[in-house]
Amino acid sequence: MKLRTALLGAAAALAFAPAAFAERGADGNVNVLYWQAPSILNPYLSSGTKDVETASLILEGLAGFNEKGEVFARLAQDIPTVANGGITEDLTQITWKLKPGLLWSDGTPVTSADAKFTWEYCTHPEGGCAQAARYEGITAIETPDELTIVIKFSGPKPNPYQAFVGGTSPILQAAQFANCLGAAASTCTDQNFKPIGTGPFVVTEFKVNDTVTLAANPNYRDPAKPAFATMTVKGGGDAAAAARAVLETGEFDYAWNTQINPEQQTQMSAGGKGVLLNGFGTLVERIEMNMTNPDPALPEGERSTPKHPHPFLTDINVRKALSMAIDRQILVDIGYGAAGRPTCNLVPAPEMFASPNTDCLKQDMEGAKALLEQSGWVDSDGDGIREKDGMKLKILYQTSTNPVRQDFQAVIKDWWTELGVEVELKNIDASVFFGGDAGSPDTFQKFYSDVEMYANNFDGTDPEPYLGQYLCDKIPGPDNQWQGENINRFCDPAYDALWLELSKTSDMAKRAEIAIRLNEMLTKDSYVVVPLVDRGRLSAASNTLGGVVLNTWDTELWNAQDWFRVK
Amino acid sequence: MTDTNTDLRPPETLRSAVWAQFRKHKGAMFGLVVLGLLVVFSVLGPLVWQPEKLSVAEALRSKNLPPSFAHPMGTDHLGRDQMQRMMLAGRVSLAVGFVAMVIAVVLGTLIGVLAGYFRRLDGALMRLTDMFLALPLIPLLLVMVMLFRDRVAGYIGPEMGAFLLIVSAIGITSWMQAARIVRGEVLALKEREYVLASRSIGATPKRVILRHILPNVISPVMVAATLCVAEAIITESVLSFLGLGFPPDFPTWGRLLFEGLDYMESYPARVIFPGLAISLTVLSVNYIGDGLRDALDPRIRGR
Repeated sequence: MKLRTALLGAAAALAFAPAAFAERGADGNVNVLYWQAPSILNPYLSSGTKDVETASLILEGLAGFNEKGEVFARLAQDIPTVANGGITEDLTQITWKLKPGLLWSDGTPVTSADAKFTWEYCTHPEGGCAQAARYEGITAIETPDELTIVIKFSGPKPNPYQAFVGGTSPILQAAQFANCLGAAASTCTDQNFKPIGTGPFVVTEFKVNDTVTLAANPNYRDPAKPAFATMTVKGGGDAAAAARAVLETGEFDYAWNTQINPEQQTQMSAGGKGVLLNGFGTLVERIEMNMTNPDPALPEGERSTPKHPHPFLTDINVRKALSMAIDRQILVDIGYGAAGRPTCNLVPAPEMFASPNTDCLKQDMEGAKALLEQSGWVDSDGDGIREKDGMKLKILYQTSTNPVRQDFQAVIKDWWTELGVEVELKNIDASVFFGGDAGSPDTFQKFYSDVEMYANNFDGTDPEPYLGQYLCDKIPGPDNQWQGENINRFCDPAYDALWLELSKTSDMAKRAEIAIRLNEMLTKDSYVVVPLVDRGRLSAASNTLGGVVLNTWDTELWNAQDWFRVK
Repeated sequence: MTDTNTDLRPPETLRSAVWAQFRKHKGAMFGLVVLGLLVVFSVLGPLVWQPEKLSVAEALRSKNLPPSFAHPMGTDHLGRDQMQRMMLAGRVSLAVGFVAMVIAVVLGTLIGVLAGYFRRLDGALMRLTDMFLALPLIPLLLVMVMLFRDRVAGYIGPEMGAFLLIVSAIGITSWMQAARIVRGEVLALKEREYVLASRSIGATPKRVILRHILPNVISPVMVAATLCVAEAIITESVLSFLGLGFPPDFPTWGRLLFEGLDYMESYPARVIFPGLAISLTVLSVNYIGDGLRDALDPRIRGR
């Protein structure tokens, strides 16, 4: 009934619309499923993906990230760079220009004062802004005229596309939120539930933790968009139910985050009503090699510290052979299906930062065996385990408790046993493993095993801080309460020097070149980090929904204005 | 008055009397047979049933097969033969269940009898029991495993180490029910005339306990013990699920059940077999306990 009303409404709107508006609202209603239901539509008061992404239909920033991780203009005329003078040479100031004639959904003009207000709103000392990190380092925002926004930083900022870029830092309307500064922020229910924005849709009704009903924004800057007159964002259920609703029953047009196992992926895709979309970000499942000795016989406080180098994993041939014995495609098929792909890189994306390194993709068991033979690791006593100088290749392999990881362990153990390495498996409850408790021996930072497996990624599009985790001074140990990020205890002065160069470089092409080099130093040059699977995002879209492009760098609904109904 | 010559049957030994009574209990006989079969399946099975060892890639081609002649219980999502895994898992699960049960029953009976018989020990031992009852099992196990796993594994290997830890952990956290029941029984029994008579002719506490008290508390202990087996198998599953139990490549029935859960809809055999094995074990142990209680109770025996 509701759908029919909406369709009638849309048809009526269409009939009376002037010619220039012919396309907007032509395609009726679109149903979107966020199985974690949105609870607020102000991204500054929630860090939940579901809230941020739903809000991005309504609120926009000056720019956004596209599916390649590149910055593109939304409300801004163009992207400021050093080359076009938008960013000063010393990297301490960035100047944005708004598109002229922009209107809020209530018909009032968008001005630079709104941006300045948003900064004040989020950095107010009494307000708990969830996205404060995006405004870090800003000392002042100046608004010389209605369209110009000048952001000043306290120091050089090689990556200034943080504030007002992406779904997590949109511009709020100053007039609407004027009374919601600081402690009052969370009490402004009307504002937080029905923000006025510049995005393709406006909220018509919001049932908290259930349904958001939206209609096309009459003042959206492109008169032909969005194609849909109304949108319903529904919550509830789980990933499998969400996938089923799009792929098998066709009740919904789009479902967010449908992480299901490969078996279910094939089954549900057979329903024929929709397709699974995958997008790859920077999340990489990897095996980390311990460069230090985790022997329990060593005194506490010296175990897994650089005081005692690892007896055999410090031999690069052993690490390389272990990597060569793994068939990454099989791992993807077992664990992730369409939501994963084999990788040899620690930084698999964005494209410009990804090394073309693909040597590891093909399993080479014979090569791995030969490599060990050559470097003196032979099975001399016939027990199936290689040894050298009386030292046996015996590995303790730990990871968190998770069905996919245990499958990986079982399969990798098979390969390594074939190689002539004895493997003992151990799994640890995820809350303990990732808990970071300095008192527990089972955290991934303590690394009381020879190798361990987990996944990690980096926030945003710039890998500098991520690569900085492998510096010599980031090694976890008793002196820093085991809080370092250099899990492998990798230490190479050449790496440190190159990273320092990266932190001083602002030219994008040069940065990419250095980042690729750093990535290779950790992976194919040294095999200290053995990447296995690049894990992507998996969402489902109906066959009748057109224009969907899955984006892992910004919100998944980043281009909802371009969605249309396939006829 | 009495005719001593007629119909005097040869004196029955206690053992044969108990066995005769036990055999009358149909459920108990069923339990004994099923449990026997499960033990044979797990202990001797792997010696007979040895499917060909395949490489990972080959095995994956035959993943998720339904039960067939080559794989009587099908294969799992990594192409491993499910029957072989069930057999290996059975060894661990049954061993954990029974050893933990023995520990719990021995401890529970000992503490129950001491507390019930010796008034001076009663207060202290019962407060200890209360304390153990108040201990939450999972956090306690977390601490135990964390503190001792590496050390124990260093002496006797990771599998035996995990076995010892789990069995003792379950054992020492499940004796309390038995202790309380036994104490209650002992308190009542020790005021009975035959116990008083025995004490009055100078029998030592040891003799009174062994001869008069213990045989009379057998039935509640049996019930507690059977429940304990089931509980131990299930606790082990929980621990394996949390990653605190056996290493992940070491199958147990509980782990197989948890692994199969994701595939329940498409391949019900994955959960049916381990689930059936656990249920059958628990059921048959319960029946055996029931039959044993009847057989050992002199008031029921012979009726």
